[in-house]
Amino acid sequence: MSRRHLGIFTAAVLAAASLTACGGSGDDSASSPKTLTYWASNQGASLEADKTTLQPELDKFEKQTGIKVTVEVVPWSDLLNRLLAAAASGKGPDVVNIGNTWSASLQATGALVEFDDAALQAVGGKDRIVPAALAAAGAPGKPPAAVPLYSMAYSLYYNKKSFADAGITAPPTTWEQLAEYGKKLSTGGKWGLAIEGANPSENAHHAFTFSQQYGGEWFDSAGKPTFDTPQNVSAIKRYIDFMAADKITNPSNAEYAQNQSVSDFANGKAAMLLWQSAGSNLKTQNMPADAYGVAPVPFLASPPAGGKKVNSMVAGINMAVFKHTKNKDGALSFVKFMTSDEEQTILNKTYGSLPAVKTAASDPAFSATEQKTIQETLVTTAAPLPQVPDESTFETLVGTAMKELFADAASGKPVTEESVKAKLTDAQQKMR
Amino acid sequence: MATSTTAPDADRREPRAGSPARGPARRPRGPRRSLLPYLLLAPAVVLELAIHVIPMVVGVWMSLLELTQFHIRDWSTAPFIGLENYRATLDLNSAAGKELLHSFWVTLAYSLLSVGFAWLLGISAAVVLQRPFRGRAILRALFLTPYALPVYAAVITWSFLLQRDTGLVNHVLVDQLGLMNERPFWLIGDNSFWSLLVVSVWRNWPFAFLCLMAGLQNVPGELYEAAAIDGAGFWRRLRSVTLPMLRPVNLVLLLVLFLWTFNDFNTPFVLFGGSAPEQADLISIHIYRSSFKTWDFGSGSAMSVALLLFLLVVSAVYLLITNRRRDDHA
Repeated sequence: MSRRHLGIFTAAVLAAASLTACGGSGDDSASSPKTLTYWASNQGASLEADKTTLQPELDKFEKQTGIKVTVEVVPWSDLLNRLLAAAASGKGPDVVNIGNTWSASLQATGALVEFDDAALQAVGGKDRIVPAALAAAGAPGKPPAAVPLYSMAYSLYYNKKSFADAGITAPPTTWEQLAEYGKKLSTGGKWGLAIEGANPSENAHHAFTFSQQYGGEWFDSAGKPTFDTPQNVSAIKRYIDFMAADKITNPSNAEYAQNQSVSDFANGKAAMLLWQSAGSNLKTQNMPADAYGVAPVPFLASPPAGGKKVNSMVAGINMAVFKHTKNKDGALSFVKFMTSDEEQTILNKTYGSLPAVKTAASDPAFSATEQKTIQETLVTTAAPLPQVPDESTFETLVGTAMKELFADAASGKPVTEESVKAKLTDAQQKMR
Repeated sequence: MATSTTAPDADRREPRAGSPARGPARRPRGPRRSLLPYLLLAPAVVLELAIHVIPMVVGVWMSLLELTQFHIRDWSTAPFIGLENYRATLDLNSAAGKELLHSFWVTLAYSLLSVGFAWLLGISAAVVLQRPFRGRAILRALFLTPYALPVYAAVITWSFLLQRDTGLVNHVLVDQLGLMNERPFWLIGDNSFWSLLVVSVWRNWPFAFLCLMAGLQNVPGELYEAAAIDGAGFWRRLRSVTLPMLRPVNLVLLLVLFLWTFNDFNTPFVLFGGSAPEQADLISIHIYRSSFKTWDFGSGSAMSVALLLFLLVVSAVYLLITNRRRDDHA
């Protein structure tokens, strides 16, 4: 090879090299015994609103312990990636909020402090914690990888005035009713049901509930994916059909991924919404609490054999501590502080969620209709998402497949059993 | 890369300059003297290693491991699986392989069209603005605006414009001009590819414009005068004077634009929010999704390495052909 050719090849290598040269960036953990870094999930109407809510509590903690907590509120779209980068690099925050469905996935990285009996004792004791919430904090048979912080469940929110105008007297209790009412409500530029169609996580949560009602499972007992079973195909098709067949959902919802569906409900553009603890969000969007009703999520009118009476996942936010923290004692005392009765009452009241500890549940703030509905669902008809390491991958793959199906439905392409099955088979093939 | 265009001349001169008449006899080789060039080179070599070579080698190493969430914290525990990641991602009978191939074609079409349109707009604007006229400076500044805007801010604005119900594009097309009865989707379905292309051309053409404008400054006015005396019209002058004189600029410009668009991550990521519709599933987003969203960094790296090899071949072939042609012309 001549020198010129060598030069050419060097130039080509360098020009093309930028591709693989992608690196992660991790924030440096600024921990010393007197400081902690905390990544909070976005629970309120905006990142800024959350910071305003949390800061006085963190100041209180600093007064009590002398430990200064620096908080960053991370949007949901970035949280899992950032946690993964922190786990991979061993750098980043000391304490984090995680979606409880990711518990087993993040636990599998081995980056989180395990809450064995001693660690649980250090944060106030196992017995205080609501058992269903603790069950969603890690894989079965292992010490939890996190401690429950906020408890939530899906409910059906409906616009009282729209219902009255359409002559509907009670919220639907079955999906068939919901479709029928939805058709009555979808007139004059308004729609029956708002859906966050381009948000894979939201989609995956509904995939779980519908699949349970149709008698399906997303993983078998060995943790292997079972995405394209007939039950799961029927379940997904039922959900997509609200847009594709019943036409009670605005096709635009196929683009929604930034909580626009909540805004549509708050602005009266849609009469129904399936959401977790939407109350505080609706309040900031100027929808008064007496303008909407809250009811349990519907069931199938005649469930097939094996169908379960499940209408929500056990939703919630957990608090985890990274093993790489240089201030484990401080981190644990911060977890203890955040799960104390007082903080649980203050924070859950603001966010409209339920306390994850039994001892705070008696506060009158948690007996409003919305909270009572959530409570009842959690106790009777909610089930945890499968706590397997591949759970977060399931959310991404199946949630994205559903996003694509919504896009098909929105652009008028038919959504059939075959097209749903094909998407789910593809998604399953990408698991390993 | 710009230096490579002058390399052959340097090559030819070199033997004379380094002829045996001068050389070792007159330069005593002390250890200090021979160290100096290396010391001077060291910072560049270290940076080159740190920024390009080491991450590349790490990327290749990752592609040979089963690097999933179970091992991401401690790579040494990740099982070595040889070429298994390549087999899985490049197997065209599997779902993953088919999607990668689809994504590859989409990216190729996107890159060629985007570079083509960006170049066409760039050369048109550069030629129009070649001669001084009132307001030329303002137009120049205006044309460069998309290039000066931060990419995230600019593309987010596009994503607002292109939304179906609340976007300005549909408001103008449907509500004001009444060109369509139904509001079309721009960010999902078949239109998403064209939306992405428009945004990409909008972002890239000012760079083409800037380079070509600079290139045009070097074209001597006498050439145009001579051509005009010979009776050449506008098109003839463009074909016989402007374009040949811009050849060295175009050579670099087209390659750089192609590599940039082929690797473009920001535009689709911001426009579609992480997971692009399959019609606009560019390979960079596809790899990101495979690595980060499904926590499978091994196969993500395998795709990256395959892509690196492809771009390497494209760049090398391109440079070889263009160099050979120049030699023929010389």
